Amino acid sequence: MVIDDLIAIAEKEASSRKKTVIRCCMAAGCMSSHAEWVKAGLDKAVHDAGLGDQVEVRGVGCMRLCCQGPLVGVDPDGILYEKVSPEDAPSLVASTQGAATDVGRCDPNQPFFSKQLSIVLANSGKIDPERIESYIAAEGYRALHAVLREMTPKDVVDSVIKSGLRGRGGAGYPTGLKWATVAKTSGAQKYVVCNADEGDPGAFMDRSVLESDPHSVLEGMAIAGHAVGANQGFVYVRAEYPLAIKRLQVAIKQAKQLGLLGSGIFDSPFNFTIDIRIGAGAYVCGEETALMASIEGRRGTPRPRPPFPAESGLWESPTLINNVETFANIPPIIRRGAEWFASIGVGKSKGTKVFALAGKIVNTGLIEVPMGTPMRQIVEVMGGGAPGGGKIKAVQTGGPSGGCIAASELDTPVDYESLTRLGSIMGSGGMIAMDESTRMPEIARYFMEFCMDESCGKCIPCRAGTVQMHRLLDKIVKGEATARDLATLEELCELVQRTSLCGLGQNAPNPVLSTLRSFRNEYLELLRPETNGAPGLPVGSAAGNKEGS
Amino acid sequence: MRHPLARMLGFVNAELLRPGKEGTVARVMKHASGDKRFKILEVHIKKYQGRQDALIEVLHKAQELFGYLEDDLLLFVAYRLKLPPSRVYGVATFYHFFTLKPQGVHTCVVCLGTACYVRGSDRVLAAIEALAKIKAGETTGDKQLSLLTARCIGACGIAPAVVYDGVITPRQTPESALAQVKGWQPHGN
Repeated sequence: MVIDDLIAIAEKEASSRKKTVIRCCMAAGCMSSHAEWVKAGLDKAVHDAGLGDQVEVRGVGCMRLCCQGPLVGVDPDGILYEKVSPEDAPSLVASTQGAATDVGRCDPNQPFFSKQLSIVLANSGKIDPERIESYIAAEGYRALHAVLREMTPKDVVDSVIKSGLRGRGGAGYPTGLKWATVAKTSGAQKYVVCNADEGDPGAFMDRSVLESDPHSVLEGMAIAGHAVGANQGFVYVRAEYPLAIKRLQVAIKQAKQLGLLGSGIFDSPFNFTIDIRIGAGAYVCGEETALMASIEGRRGTPRPRPPFPAESGLWESPTLINNVETFANIPPIIRRGAEWFASIGVGKSKGTKVFALAGKIVNTGLIEVPMGTPMRQIVEVMGGGAPGGGKIKAVQTGGPSGGCIAASELDTPVDYESLTRLGSIMGSGGMIAMDESTRMPEIARYFMEFCMDESCGKCIPCRAGTVQMHRLLDKIVKGEATARDLATLEELCELVQRTSLCGLGQNAPNPVLSTLRSFRNEYLELLRPETNGAPGLPVGSAAGNKEGS
Repeated sequence: MRHPLARMLGFVNAELLRPGKEGTVARVMKHASGDKRFKILEVHIKKYQGRQDALIEVLHKAQELFGYLEDDLLLFVAYRLKLPPSRVYGVATFYHFFTLKPQGVHTCVVCLGTACYVRGSDRVLAAIEALAKIKAGETTGDKQLSLLTARCIGACGIAPAVVYDGVITPRQTPESALAQVKGWQPHGN
C-alpha cells in the first residue's frame, strides 16, 4: 500500500457514489428499534422501484438523536426522517424521486444538531462503518501516512502536546505528556492499549464511536504506536457491546488486508498489529492497572502506582493507555494541525467533548460540543429540558465516580477544572438529567450500591467502606437514621476517599458528597430524632434500630 | 512417563496425575471424548497458541458453547492452558459475565444503568420478580426463565431497556415486560 493506492480507493469510492444516498442508522440504539428491518425494507424498495443505479442505501453509524430512532437521512437533500418503520420504506424511496411522503421528519436545524461541533463524530452517521473504503474516502488513513512518511516520532509527540489534548476517559491527563513518557522509556517491547471498557452507567459515547467509526480509533492507535515505538496494540472492550466488538473485528480484518495494519505499513519499517480483548463485566477494569491485569488473563484488580503503566505496564513493558475518544481525536489533529485543535475549547481544556445525554430529558442521544459550553446550553437548549414541562433538578456527570450538579449551577462551563470545582468530574462523558421527582438520597444509595458491588475487594477502605456507606444510606432513605448516622457517613466518605487504592474507591463517595452539598435538606428531612437522648447504636447494629419501623 | 490421558490432553504436569487425581482427569476426559463442543473449544485454544493470557477469551468461548461454566469445564480449561485450577476458578468467579450455574431456557436482562434507573427500570424489575417469583440473578424452578440485571448496556438513549433472549428492547414498562415474559410461558419446552 502506498499513498497512490489510498487515493485510488478514495477516488473510486467517490466516483461510484450514486445520485441519492439514503443513510440508515445501524448503531445499537436504532438497531434495538429494528433499524436492520428498515434497511432491508429500503433495499427492497429501491430494488422494486428499479432505482438501483441512482439510489444507494447505506448503513451508517450513530445519527445521535437516539430517542427518535430509527433515523434515516437522505442526501443530498439533507432531510432527516425519524421513527421510520419498515413499512415506510416504499414511500421514503419514492420521495427521493419527488413524490410526497408522510413519514415523520426530524428538523436537522434544531439546536440539538446545530449547536454541535464534530471532530470525533465527524464521520459518524455518514460513512459505512463496515467498509474501510468508506473511511478512506473521508480522508481516512491519510494521517497515518503523513506520520509514517513525513514525521519523526518526536514530531508526532510534539504535535499532540501542542494540541493540548487531554485524556477523554475521565482524569484528563495531558495526552502528549503521556506519549512523551512512554516514548522516552527504553525497552524492546512496548504496547499501546485502547481502553474501551466504558463502564459508567449512562455513558455510551465510546460504544458509538466504535460502532460508527472504528477505523478512526485504529488509525489513532497506529499513530500512537509509531510515536512511542510500540508494535502491538490491544483494544479492551466490554462484552456488553457485541456490535462494537463485531465492527472492530471487521475493521481490523479490512485494515490488515489493505496493509494498513501489519508489517511495513506504507512501505515504512513500521509494524503494528491490533488485537481485541473482551472484558467480562467488571467495572473496576476501567482502571488502567486492573485493565492490564485483565488483558493478561488475570482477575482485574488494580495495583498501586507507581510504577505507572508508562514505565511498567503489560507484562512489565512500557504501555500507553488511552481512551477510545482520545485515540479518535488523533487523526484529525494530525490532518488539520495542532494549532487548529488548540483553537477550539477554553483554558486548559481544548477541543470538543462527546457527551451522552440521557435520563429525564426530551432529547436523548449523543452530542459533541466544544469544551467550555455551558451545561445549561447542553441540557436545556440542546437537550430540550425535562419532558412534560417538568423542571430539571440536577445533572449527574461522571457516573458512579462523579457527582450531581444542581440546577442552580448549570451555568458552569463544561471543562475539566470547572467540573472538579463542583465536586464532580468530566468522567467519560455520561450526562444524566434528573427532574423534580428524583430523590437525591436514593440516587446516592443507587451509586453506592453500584460501587459496593463493583469493588474488587483488594483494599479494605473500599471493600468495607462502601458496604458501610451503603448501609447508612439505606437507613437514611428508609427514614431510620439519625443525625449521628449522617455524621458517620460523612466521616466515612472522607476516609474512603483518602485511603482507597484506586479511583473506584477514591471517587465512590463523590455522589454522596455532591448531593449532600447541594441537597442537604433532602437528607435532613429523612432523619428521625435521637431517641430520648440515648446514645445512638453503632453502625452495623442496624437490627436494633429497625424495631421502630 | 506420561499418563495416556495426559498425552491426549496435551498435559504434562505429573502432579495432577498421581493416584487419586486420576478421577478428575478421567471425568474431564469422559466429557472431552463424547462431546463435540470440547473439540471446538480446543480449536479455539489452539488459535491462541495455548497462551495463558487468553484465559478470559477461552472462558468466553466455553460459556458460549456450554451456556455456563461447570467445574469440569473449568478443569478442562485449566489443563489445556497449563494453569492451576484455582487461577481459572478465581478468574471465572471474579467477572460478572461468567456464570457457574445453568441458565434457563429464556433470559431476561433488566438494565439498571442510571438512565434506565431514573426512568423506572427498578419498577420493571420488581414486576418481573413478582411474576416469576424469583429474585434477580436466579432461575425459575422449571428452568424456563433466568432473570438477570446489567449495570449498563449503553442503550441509555432508549431507556429503560431490557434484553430478552439477546434482543435489546427499548422503552419498557412493567406492563410491556410482563407481556413479554408471559408470552414465553406457553411456548417453553
